[in-house]
Amino acid sequence: MRELVVISGKGGTGKTSIVGAFASLAKRTVLVDCDVDAPDLALIMKPYTLHRENFSGGSKAHIRRTKCTACGTCMDVCRFGAITNDGPANEMVKWTYRVDPIRCEGCGVCSHFCSAGALSFLPVTNGEWYVSSTRFGPMVHAKLGVAQENSGKLVNVVRSEARKIAVEEDIDLVLVDGPPGIGCPVIASITGADLVLVVTEPTLSGLHDLSRVTDLTKHFGIKTMLLINKWDLNREIASELEIFGQQRNVQIVGKVTYDKAMTKAQISEKTIVEYQKDGAAAEVKRAWREVSTAIDDLNSSPLGDLTLPILGKMEPAERKTR
Amino acid sequence: MRIAVASGKGGTGKTTLATSLAWVVAQNGRTIAYVDCDVEEPNGHLFLRPEISEERPIGKTIPYVDLAKCIFCDKCEEICQFNAIACFAKQVLVYPELCHACGGCRLVCPTAAISEKLRETGILQVGRAGGVRFVHGILKVGEPLSPPLITAVKSAVPESDLEIIDAPPGTSCPVIESIRGSDYVLLVTEPTPFGLNDLTLAVEMVKALKLPFGVVINRAGVGVDNVLVYCQENRIEILAEIPDDRKIAEAYSSGNLICESLPEYRPLFESLLARIYLHGPTDLVGRVSTQFTQGSVEQGSKR
Repeated sequence: MRELVVISGKGGTGKTSIVGAFASLAKRTVLVDCDVDAPDLALIMKPYTLHRENFSGGSKAHIRRTKCTACGTCMDVCRFGAITNDGPANEMVKWTYRVDPIRCEGCGVCSHFCSAGALSFLPVTNGEWYVSSTRFGPMVHAKLGVAQENSGKLVNVVRSEARKIAVEEDIDLVLVDGPPGIGCPVIASITGADLVLVVTEPTLSGLHDLSRVTDLTKHFGIKTMLLINKWDLNREIASELEIFGQQRNVQIVGKVTYDKAMTKAQISEKTIVEYQKDGAAAEVKRAWREVSTAIDDLNSSPLGDLTLPILGKMEPAERKTR
Repeated sequence: MRIAVASGKGGTGKTTLATSLAWVVAQNGRTIAYVDCDVEEPNGHLFLRPEISEERPIGKTIPYVDLAKCIFCDKCEEICQFNAIACFAKQVLVYPELCHACGGCRLVCPTAAISEKLRETGILQVGRAGGVRFVHGILKVGEPLSPPLITAVKSAVPESDLEIIDAPPGTSCPVIESIRGSDYVLLVTEPTPFGLNDLTLAVEMVKALKLPFGVVINRAGVGVDNVLVYCQENRIEILAEIPDDRKIAEAYSSGNLICESLPEYRPLFESLLARIYLHGPTDLVGRVSTQFTQGSVEQGSKR
């Protein structure tokens, strides 16, 4: 089983459209949407949800009004400015302390040091994740709750679920739609993956962000390939992107024209390959052939199916029972 | 007045909008600060091309364990919610990337074996681009936690009539850290299914933070009128529509400011600005030239 993750650094370069197209071209695949902040893959895949589960990324502090003695220890130890002395009165004090749930980082330090036993520290639901069925195979996706954190942990959950499904159903490829940026959810999306495809565009921002995102994949030692979307928007920068690819030893799998059909396909809830036969669709098909050859090459490499543990497995989260 | 430019979906035009707005404000002779909070992929500097006058490393405090004092009691590991410290029989390991710098381990340590040291997670740069005061942060590659650097970027903003925060895409912690404390949020979107889906998530986010906001539709005409319908149904103010114009995309691609390289778009940004000022303190409104205010009112009444 191999895992291909599509990321971009810069947002809006066409990751989801490309993943959708690849899904319609791959023989069998498990689809994953790791952009849990703003998940869009479902809009083209129209998944039928088979299974839904709540996600808890951690605990949050809450002050029980009746027990708070307003000693102020919680506020002193909180590094995140989440505690304020403007809670409702009780029999002992005029103002109790209060936790701002959005600011609360979930470190639990306040509840540990509360001598009045007024602080509860309980797991909260930060989002939910789903296993669904689509016209191209199983799909694992998620939705982070409003103004919630721990998107990295949720990414780990959906990725490991997808891998499990791939093993159970004997599917060779896990195809991941990643988030933009280079931070926590991106790191969680790529650690331990076999291949990263960066979708970029010929803009100064695209070039700048590509450079940072390939530094990231290099940092984690993951084989990286490049697809130039909307390549004819700026031919000069497109050729700079090609030079960048040569210099960094990043193979360019294809160039896709700036085509309004991409948007029209999205509006009609189709992948570009389903929407048209030639144009951008033909270019995406060629790119897919390059990518699938690269995946086959990985399979024939002497290392075999050696996959690194993903970050989620490295975190000894289950080890502790409190 | 501090305004934040945000969007659920990436690539909708946050930086295009934020940099052009900053440029227009500077042209009008007000003091303006442009603050790039997308520390993972900062792009504003490519358009404003600032001269950097000050640079300093930003970090977070992570625990340092003095093994000579450590009694390997496990208390640090027990309090840590992020699995960033592990206590073994004769060793304590710290995983700096996972550490959220809550300081809990240092506080619980019974033998004061834990001190804290600063770990660099990125750099902060301050400078000037013509009349625009410029601040941005650059997250170190491989570092997962951006919020501490975003906080540092925001605290380095020089006092100005207007501060424009260019937020990262998404709806989670880095975005919340960026837009917190703003007087008004501009949500940029495009009229496509993806654009609308991510706009609705962003609207839920700003509502949870209780921030006033309005919507700017970029690439108007490219798709459907879904965003327009959504905003009307939910009584959300549409502040401006930027047409889907290949010239804008091309100017953007070469790192040009839209208002500067395509002057025909300057009135659009002027009237957007006037509308934003209406949501700010009254002294700002008073100083808006009446010409622009009237322009925006006329545009509004057409709808």
